Amino acid sequence: MSDAAPMDRIRNLSIVAHVDHGKSTLSDRILELTGAVDARDMREQYLDSMDIERERGITIKAQNVRVGWKGHTIHLIDTPGHVDFGYEVSRSLAACEGVVLLIDAAQGIEAQTLANAYQAIENDLEIVCALNKIDLPAADPDRYAAEIESVLGIPGDQIIRMSAKTGVGVTDLLDAICERIPPPAGDPTAPLQGLIFDSYYDQYRGVVSAVRIMQGVLRPDVKLRFMQAGRTHEVEEVGVRTPLNTPVAALGPGEVGYLIAGIKDVGEARSGETVTEAARPAAAPLEGYRDPKPMVFCGLYPVEGDDFADLREALEKMRLNDASVTYEPETSGALGFGFRCGFLGLLHMEIVRERLEREFDLALIATAPSVEYRAHLTDGGQVEVHNPSEMPPPQKLESIEEPFLQATILSPTEYTGTLMDLCQSRRGDMVRMEYLSPERLELVYRIPLAEVVMDFFDALKSRTKGYASLDYEEAGWEQADLVKIDILLNGVPVDAFSAIVHKSQAQEYGRRMTEKLRELIPRQMFDVPIQAGVGGRIIARETVKAKRKDVLSKCYGGDITRKRKLLEKQKEGKKRMKNIGRVEVPQEAFIQALRLEE
Amino acid sequence: MASPIPSPGFGVYVHVPFCSRRCDYCAFATWTDRHHLMGDYAAACVAEIARATSAGELDAATSVFFGGGTPSLLPAEELAAILAAIAKAPGAEVTVECNPETVTAELLACYRSAGVTRLSFGVQSMAPHVLASLGREHDPAAVTRAVALAGDAGYGDSYSVDLILGAAGESIADWEATLAAVLALDPAPAHVSAYSLTVEPGTPLAKDPQRAPDPDDQADKYLLADQVLSDAGLSWYEVSNWSRPGAECRHNQLYWTQGPYRGIGCAAHSHALVAGGGSRRWWNVRTPDRYINLVSTGASTVAASESLPATARALEALQLSLRTAAGVPADALPSAEEDPALEDLVVYAGGRAVLTPAGRLLANEVSLRLRDPAASR
Repeated sequence: MSDAAPMDRIRNLSIVAHVDHGKSTLSDRILELTGAVDARDMREQYLDSMDIERERGITIKAQNVRVGWKGHTIHLIDTPGHVDFGYEVSRSLAACEGVVLLIDAAQGIEAQTLANAYQAIENDLEIVCALNKIDLPAADPDRYAAEIESVLGIPGDQIIRMSAKTGVGVTDLLDAICERIPPPAGDPTAPLQGLIFDSYYDQYRGVVSAVRIMQGVLRPDVKLRFMQAGRTHEVEEVGVRTPLNTPVAALGPGEVGYLIAGIKDVGEARSGETVTEAARPAAAPLEGYRDPKPMVFCGLYPVEGDDFADLREALEKMRLNDASVTYEPETSGALGFGFRCGFLGLLHMEIVRERLEREFDLALIATAPSVEYRAHLTDGGQVEVHNPSEMPPPQKLESIEEPFLQATILSPTEYTGTLMDLCQSRRGDMVRMEYLSPERLELVYRIPLAEVVMDFFDALKSRTKGYASLDYEEAGWEQADLVKIDILLNGVPVDAFSAIVHKSQAQEYGRRMTEKLRELIPRQMFDVPIQAGVGGRIIARETVKAKRKDVLSKCYGGDITRKRKLLEKQKEGKKRMKNIGRVEVPQEAFIQALRLEE
Repeated sequence: MASPIPSPGFGVYVHVPFCSRRCDYCAFATWTDRHHLMGDYAAACVAEIARATSAGELDAATSVFFGGGTPSLLPAEELAAILAAIAKAPGAEVTVECNPETVTAELLACYRSAGVTRLSFGVQSMAPHVLASLGREHDPAAVTRAVALAGDAGYGDSYSVDLILGAAGESIADWEATLAAVLALDPAPAHVSAYSLTVEPGTPLAKDPQRAPDPDDQADKYLLADQVLSDAGLSWYEVSNWSRPGAECRHNQLYWTQGPYRGIGCAAHSHALVAGGGSRRWWNVRTPDRYINLVSTGASTVAASESLPATARALEALQLSLRTAAGVPADALPSAEEDPALEDLVVYAGGRAVLTPAGRLLANEVSLRLRDPAASR
């Protein structure tokens, strides 16, 4: 085995917490206290390796680290705290015997944390609950301890009160982890069963997979069978993260570590995969979990048409690291060649786009996000619609179905009214309403995914001063009265601006888009009508009036050079514009018009 | 291609970089705190002229133009000394830009005896609140007075008025009244320049978007000016210039026909034709201090230059000519059938294409449609 403690003193756990409740700070503190990282090497959010994770203060990829505490070996599996990445949490839970539920002592439990806590209970995991940030003036640990006791049934006196920032109570938490979380079980002599719960692509080493050993022993230099993928790979290296990757001679049952097997494609070492020894295979794979499915789609186009090949390469590389991104080529009359990409949610979409731009130095235009629709045709056929341009014409359309979510919102009771307004305006149907305590409310709505995708989360936060939290799960399909809106520039439809919306919102969307475009499209040599239409009927119209003045007023000795350069610049500028229906549209207009509402 | 305007000769531009205050919209090379340099500056100009003359760079000037800044702030004898240093052709046009509030009978008498033939008054507006909004120091009465003095000094037929249209707070009625007041001056002007207020980067105007001119309002005012001035017998001959027949500014026509000119003083631009149909432009250093210094040490005053090959020059000739009443050869532009956008912007007559009033307002757009002579030959 590695230098881990005996199996009865191994503890595997995930820290489950809402964004901002202090998970990364707690991880940092634990790394410091256990001596895993020297104080002089310490930096904030040590385990968040991507720049974007540190900048946004969120964790995107699950990370794991091994630390030692009073004769115990603790494997800490850091999980993302945003609802888009909820699937990563379920993966991590499968590798654990317990969770630390970390809750902000000034805010109480949030919707997604609660959902993850329920998930942990279902998986029969031990929960160690801690109220963090007790150093804050607004902290009210007694109140939130009572709430947790009533909601989750965890006795108040077992809830640890701590501050990851000041370090108060962190040793109590480590002690409680060792005392309360059960050790893993497993037979070192049994055939190997290892659960892969995360994989990423390293450009020098290939795929590096996080693995939890359930049965048997994983050693380097054996042939491994990836049971779901049906592929065999030679193990190159087995190790643990302390937190730097440290090779070991073996990983025994209950241990968590990493595995490198010369794999080039993350898709061959998917999360949920079971690895076993090719020479002595396990009888059956472990219970896997479903692959995350893209929920939100948008077109990504390079601002410069020449960058299409670079974008393709960037997406290929991005997918090596994040198998949840999907993409396929598409063509837009207005934007040229690009890709239809699928994401887990809006945040995921923003992050992928930002990483593509930043890590691959690309300038991108993203079309409005959309969900997947099912169009039923009059001839009995069915079409999956990921893009407004795939929508069948009205005369061929029998009905359309859209995906629904069951959304759970936790909020202080004072915002009940405004939250119900919000959900109703987004076509939500209330499923139930429950008081967690006299001050806190749980609202459950059945609501179309498309409504949540637009700006629901931001609206939720702004209406409740940030106090409400959201969790959701898929809840099937439902028929809806949806229409495709076309935006016409000088009579010519611009595919990039088309959208599928509910009939009741068509007018509003058309009005907003035409108004926005009127601001963004420079005045031309003639009046330019901007229209929004549904099936040939115009529902909104704006006009960009013809420009009347474009002349350099003074043109004397010193102005002539300047005038010539100005004209040259103007000419260059015209070349860079897209010509749609004789209208010259600058790239900036596409970028701005398609930007999500703030 | 033969120029429609007869060979215009040789021009000398003298830059005078002093003002008593800087107008909010002005981005020219001018200073309000360097009056103590005036004597040295005038001497440096004389020295540069002498040097250029002996180097054979100065032909006898058919036109001289003192611009600024505020040339009339320069003591008249200093200006006279500069003018005297310049070799002039018989009948040369000599213009001095004056701010109305600086004009006195003595000043104009001195100009007259020094050989100044033409005055250009920076009037800008005849509405006090518009003058204030532009940051000008004079009032309409100063204009009336200066013009009367100009008439007395013999400049009645040879003075010009500069106007600015589109300042913040200027209504259409204000603009109409300004035009009427200018035409009612005694003696009446033979030449009017009306410029659309332009926001230059770095000026106080640019920092105040509230005061940014509205292009539609400026278009209305431009069309009104064209109408009113034409009715008064002043015909347009360049985008921003109108005159009685024969009273056109020869110096400016030189610019628009790519003629040769030599700039004297800081920030002044020069243009010389070179063999093979190309030309060269260069300009002096921007500050009076550096200029004086360079001249006094015998060093070159040139800040930068550009060479224009014959091909680029041919296109530029069209761009400049398009802005004038001479227009361009009809085949230099697509026909209105080929490009419907040109329909109301250009009239075709006598083998030439000339901008309409609406076309002058969109001269840049029309310019972009000029066929590049280099591409077609």
